[in-house]
Amino acid sequence: MDGPSDLKKTPLHALNLSLGARMVPFAGYEMPVQYAAGVMKEHQHTRTGAGLFDVSHMGQVTVRARSGDNADAARALETLVPVDVVGLAEGRQRYALFTNDEGGILDDLMIANRGDHFYVVVNAACKDADVSHMRAAIGESCEITLHDDRALVALQGPHAEAVLAELWADVSSMRFMDVRACDLHDADCIVSRSGYTGEDGFEISVPAALAEGVCRRLLDHPDVLPVGLGARDSLRLEAGLCLYGNDIDTQTTPVEAALEWAIQKVRRKGGAREGGFPGADIILEQLEGGASRRRVGLKPEGRAPVRAGAVLATDPEGEDVVGTVTSGGFGPSVDGPVAMGLVATGAAEIGTQLYAGVRGKFLPITVVATPFVKNTFKR
Amino acid sequence: MLKFTEEHEWLQIEGDVATVGITAHAAEQLGDLVFVELPEVGATFSKGGDAATVESVKAASDVYCPLDGEIVEINEAITADPSLVNSDPQGAGWFFKLKLANKADADALLDEAAYKELVG
Repeated sequence: MDGPSDLKKTPLHALNLSLGARMVPFAGYEMPVQYAAGVMKEHQHTRTGAGLFDVSHMGQVTVRARSGDNADAARALETLVPVDVVGLAEGRQRYALFTNDEGGILDDLMIANRGDHFYVVVNAACKDADVSHMRAAIGESCEITLHDDRALVALQGPHAEAVLAELWADVSSMRFMDVRACDLHDADCIVSRSGYTGEDGFEISVPAALAEGVCRRLLDHPDVLPVGLGARDSLRLEAGLCLYGNDIDTQTTPVEAALEWAIQKVRRKGGAREGGFPGADIILEQLEGGASRRRVGLKPEGRAPVRAGAVLATDPEGEDVVGTVTSGGFGPSVDGPVAMGLVATGAAEIGTQLYAGVRGKFLPITVVATPFVKNTFKR
Repeated sequence: MLKFTEEHEWLQIEGDVATVGITAHAAEQLGDLVFVELPEVGATFSKGGDAATVESVKAASDVYCPLDGEIVEINEAITADPSLVNSDPQGAGWFFKLKLANKADADALLDEAAYKELVG
């Protein structure tokens, strides 16, 4: 039986405990689900001030062409993702998906061009599988390294720039999806202007040994509160962002997941580098003809949260089933329940009235556009 | 008479009616509540039956009926404002009043000292 000693700890473990974190097992790590303030306050604070998240459980991977030519690494990565990596400029980052031969999604990730290599951040639960996947497919031409010696934190919210600027003035010149090296408190960090909350913010990779020091400096700022995974989930849900394993998995294609925007024209039919990734036939076909189901935003009519797994039907008796809720909970910033689900395309139009099965009853729920809270990215 | 259950409910018993709620320990474990579903007045439950549901941001939890009885009153204030359960779980955050089928059953529940020992 797994005991607490079988769980890995992030470089910020001691800091988390000292901040009063309630720790839970997540993806093989002991992670803070909330701190003393609680999920509601941590969530709301992230949208009004600045929240600091420990996301060191995620996988930080570098992909370096053995030839020494970064364009080779770009081409290699393009054999794994339906995304334009060759055209990704140095100092820029892009959202990507590892796909399988059925067009399903193996993971969602960020790819950054760091000039002489690519820096890839993957989900914690998938990181070992992702590294194996990359090594098996492109290990011959690329050196794939998982950096267990680095922490990863996210500083998110309208005050994030002002807070980070006190340690590093250059931050103000960064725009959404820029990635730069930076010297924070004598720590050699990588900073991207990106995040998982829908707010402006930064994701910062710090050498493990220096991570606590950098975080303490950030937490010293009166606008900063530590925020746990509980609020991270409610924030991303309000922002309409997918959670791998819930909203997307190997059974969903990027088109079903409403992630077509992530597939640049150059990789689509007629593009200069059409296809060439796993499941391309299926995905390219769906890009033209559509898929039979689609991820949608859902707003329950009452106060009761409607959670992942709830059946969705077109009738209040729950007989004509058209889909399932894939993520659901309470949105503190909208002061009400919010959800996302996968429904038959015929029921996916915004405004469609559906019914969700909750504790034996079918409650009215409406298909809505996402995000539930307006994004504030500094584009 | 104030009694407690191992499922972290408290009962304030006067005559054969018990006011029931969840303890401060339970409220703290659940975190910020965002939704409460109470039983209907007139509903009857056996000891251990699912009487109410509470939801935090992350998850739903059941509140059990501590003894056999009939719901005679419910606290609408907590459906309107679930945070009352967090701010005053053993006072204004009460859930429902239960007319006990058998008042003597309450003797088998925990007293305050025994409950305090349970939660440590």
